[in-house]
Amino acid sequence: MTEYEPVIGLEIHAELMTNSKMFCGCKVVDSVEAEPNTAVCPVCLGMPGMLPVINRKAIEYAMRVALALNCTIQHHNIFARKNYFYPDLPKAYQITQYELPLGRQGWLDIDLESGESKRIRIRRVHMEEDTGKLTHLDGGGSLVDYNRSGVPLLEIVSEPDIRSGEEARAYAMKIRQILRYLGVNAGDLEKGVFRVEPNISLRPVGSGEFGNRTELKNLNSFKSLADGTAFEIARQTAVLNSGGQVIQETRGWHDTKRITFSQRVKEEAEDYRYFAEPDLPPLYIDDAWIERVRADLPELPEAKIGRYQAEYGLSAYDAGVLAEEKEVAGWFETAVAAGGAPKSLANWISNNLFQLMNESKQAITDIKVKPEMLAELVGMVKKQTINNNTAAAVLAEMFVSGETASSIVAAKGLAQISDEAALVDIIEQVLDANPDSVAAYLGGKEKLRGWFVGQVMKATRGKANPGLVNKLLVEALEEQE
Amino acid sequence: MNLTELTLTELRTALRQGETNSVAATQAMLDRIVEQDNDIKSYLTITDEMALEQAAAADKRLANGDQSPLLGVPIAVKDIIATKGATTTAGSKILEGFVPPYDAFVVEKLKEAGAVILGKTNTDEFAMGSSTENSGYFTTRNPWDLARVPGGSSGGSAAAVAANMAYGALGTDTGGSVRQPASFCGVVGLRPTYGRISRWGVIAFASSLDQVGTFGRTVADTTALFQAVTGYDRRDSTSLDVPAEDFEAALTGDIKGLKVGVPAEYFVEGMDAEVETAVRAAIAQLEKLGAEIIEISLPHTQYALPVYYLIAPAEASANLARYDGIRYGPRIEGADMIDSVKQTRALFGPEVKRRIMLGTYALSAGYYDEYYGRALKVRTLIKQDFQNAFEQVDVIAAPTSPTTAFKIGERADDPLSMYLADVLTLSLNLSASCGLSVPCGFDSKGLPIGLQLIGNTLQEATILNTAFAYEQA
Repeated sequence: MTEYEPVIGLEIHAELMTNSKMFCGCKVVDSVEAEPNTAVCPVCLGMPGMLPVINRKAIEYAMRVALALNCTIQHHNIFARKNYFYPDLPKAYQITQYELPLGRQGWLDIDLESGESKRIRIRRVHMEEDTGKLTHLDGGGSLVDYNRSGVPLLEIVSEPDIRSGEEARAYAMKIRQILRYLGVNAGDLEKGVFRVEPNISLRPVGSGEFGNRTELKNLNSFKSLADGTAFEIARQTAVLNSGGQVIQETRGWHDTKRITFSQRVKEEAEDYRYFAEPDLPPLYIDDAWIERVRADLPELPEAKIGRYQAEYGLSAYDAGVLAEEKEVAGWFETAVAAGGAPKSLANWISNNLFQLMNESKQAITDIKVKPEMLAELVGMVKKQTINNNTAAAVLAEMFVSGETASSIVAAKGLAQISDEAALVDIIEQVLDANPDSVAAYLGGKEKLRGWFVGQVMKATRGKANPGLVNKLLVEALEEQE
Repeated sequence: MNLTELTLTELRTALRQGETNSVAATQAMLDRIVEQDNDIKSYLTITDEMALEQAAAADKRLANGDQSPLLGVPIAVKDIIATKGATTTAGSKILEGFVPPYDAFVVEKLKEAGAVILGKTNTDEFAMGSSTENSGYFTTRNPWDLARVPGGSSGGSAAAVAANMAYGALGTDTGGSVRQPASFCGVVGLRPTYGRISRWGVIAFASSLDQVGTFGRTVADTTALFQAVTGYDRRDSTSLDVPAEDFEAALTGDIKGLKVGVPAEYFVEGMDAEVETAVRAAIAQLEKLGAEIIEISLPHTQYALPVYYLIAPAEASANLARYDGIRYGPRIEGADMIDSVKQTRALFGPEVKRRIMLGTYALSAGYYDEYYGRALKVRTLIKQDFQNAFEQVDVIAAPTSPTTAFKIGERADDPLSMYLADVLTLSLNLSASCGLSVPCGFDSKGLPIGLQLIGNTLQEATILNTAFAYEQA
């Protein structure tokens, strides 16, 4: 039987979070939340005689992405009209970029499960405008909402370098992470602000030709992307193995049945009759502009992970966890700047803090604990003002009340007892109260030492410095001999 | 004082000096429209109530010594230009009853200048035509001979000005739609450089060729109106951000030393001998006034017509695809959504449908390179022709149209002969030049003839002054 190799390219559409739309002054609103047709004007409704004006902020956002994806930026940018009729497209053409996209020939390295890294080439990054949204009513009739019409939309097209559903997921997730880092997109697949459409085909291993491909739509999660792509690979393999032919078509992903189904068969390529948009003169992006945008790029996840390992001695895993989201990374870095020991901070954040956040369903930007406050807490542990167990309890309280560690420790008298004289008194009380156990210890049951420590901790309500207790206890028991 | 006989600039002076008032002038125009326009049919909509309100407001300002450039002056506006609160149809049934919630830039400028808007003038549907016979409503008649067309597409504006039913009018010129009707109706019509006047609110026919132009009974009137509506507008990305000029002050009448080019290619075979004679006489007059006449060549002129009829319909096919009855305009309900759209689109007239099909074809896969793509290349050559010519001369002089006004119905069934009516005007639209038509006599049937003057990019002052010198002589 012939062995087949999947060939997959991804088209990603991402709405840009600018204040206003691509070609008019209308606000960009959450198209799920906002009342229909409240963020519209004659321009984005395509009314007669209305003209587009390019939103330069959207161009800058697109440049950020293109630069982050290692693309060459096109100096001479031409917008084109893509002509097709659909009621959600008010002008009956979409203003997009065709022959000369804003960014070309980029790449992105993704991490595979094997631990290896793989480079996915990026064919183009270009600007366009989003369409409105059409809702078909059950009883017949359709409703159209133009709030989304004219929202800046970025299209990122990869080369067909992806070979599996897992790779598709890793690539798409990394693109989303970068867009979120760049502050240009919220990355919400459910709301459709980040849309992924794989093109999937198979070819005999070693062949240079491409087979018939299917385009997969309705993927509203990364899991659907991975599963849908895997399903398509399996389906196409079965079709080819049974001597059939893959039909070039658009297929939808059924999220509950976990299968793909045929949506639209493309017998011939659609003719969009592209031509240069006469209402917009060419947009010239000079080197100075590119360099300004490049200089303003934030540090991206990959660079951060490297730096956290080199500078703070974090493990690759911990560095990855902290750099996963820009907000968490920023929080961590503020805490480090406030004087916290990076490794300890990393542990406290990825264990206790994340757990508290999960339990209360809060994002790091919403919590009452501020980075400086965790830095202080970590400092108190280091100085042995409090021990780890107390610190965990204090953090939980900080998380609820927003009080600082020092004020909680002071108010509740939680400071660790490191006063040797005081501890020696308590130890002697414990030994005096338990002569049988002392005898047993001295008789060789050395395991009882831990029990004694426990008794001391109990007597101090957990505040005793455990290391010191251990040392003093051993000395006291030796004296009993 | 017979108010209807005054020119725009005369009325302006009379208003400022308190010799008359805007309500009287506006009422005189409205009366004249009632009296004449049943025959001429230049207006699609008369905004009489709004006009009289504007006139009354203007009179108050005039009484306070307000010197706004067109304060109290009644003007007509081509119906392809959006007017807030007043029906704007572009001469098409597909926009019947459409009232835009916005003013075009030029209407904002008119209002800013204090003008009174009398109404909306007839046009070939979406400005596609040379006679107003393609209007979705009715054909305008030429005031000089009611059996003849006024030219087009801005035929309503030209006829209204010619018949003293407005002191001036706005039109649009995509391939000659201001100059050719000006020539047919014996008025002055200016087509400024592309980008000189914002297209904001001007219903698009062919976006890279469309430009608003002005009509007047005299060069000074045309200039005053042009001065009022010109200017940069950031809402139109093709609008030119250039320093303001005083065009009225540039009308000195002195053209000594001016180099006037006469292109051999513009005296075409089949043109009326009387047109050629009148135009050559006008050129001789320019020479008498001190201009130097130079024979020039615009070698790619013969390709302008085919190039134009690929580029303009291609752009139009995209621009007109939005008229589906979903968001505005009339909607004919069908069996389902797609059927509704199909039935609504049947409201387009035959010429509009023809051009949509032509343009769609020219852009389609497999034909793009051969048609639209090649047309763009030849357009560059035509532009180059003008650039070369303007290295030699300041102004190009030629006929505006090869004929005088033709009879209604005469060319209606033959699109090609209709297209030829613009053969001498549309090269300019493909280039970055400006042009005008100024009356230069009559043929033996008593029909007006127009002299076309073409200037280099943004050289409106030069051609207006040349026309002014000729007119005064």
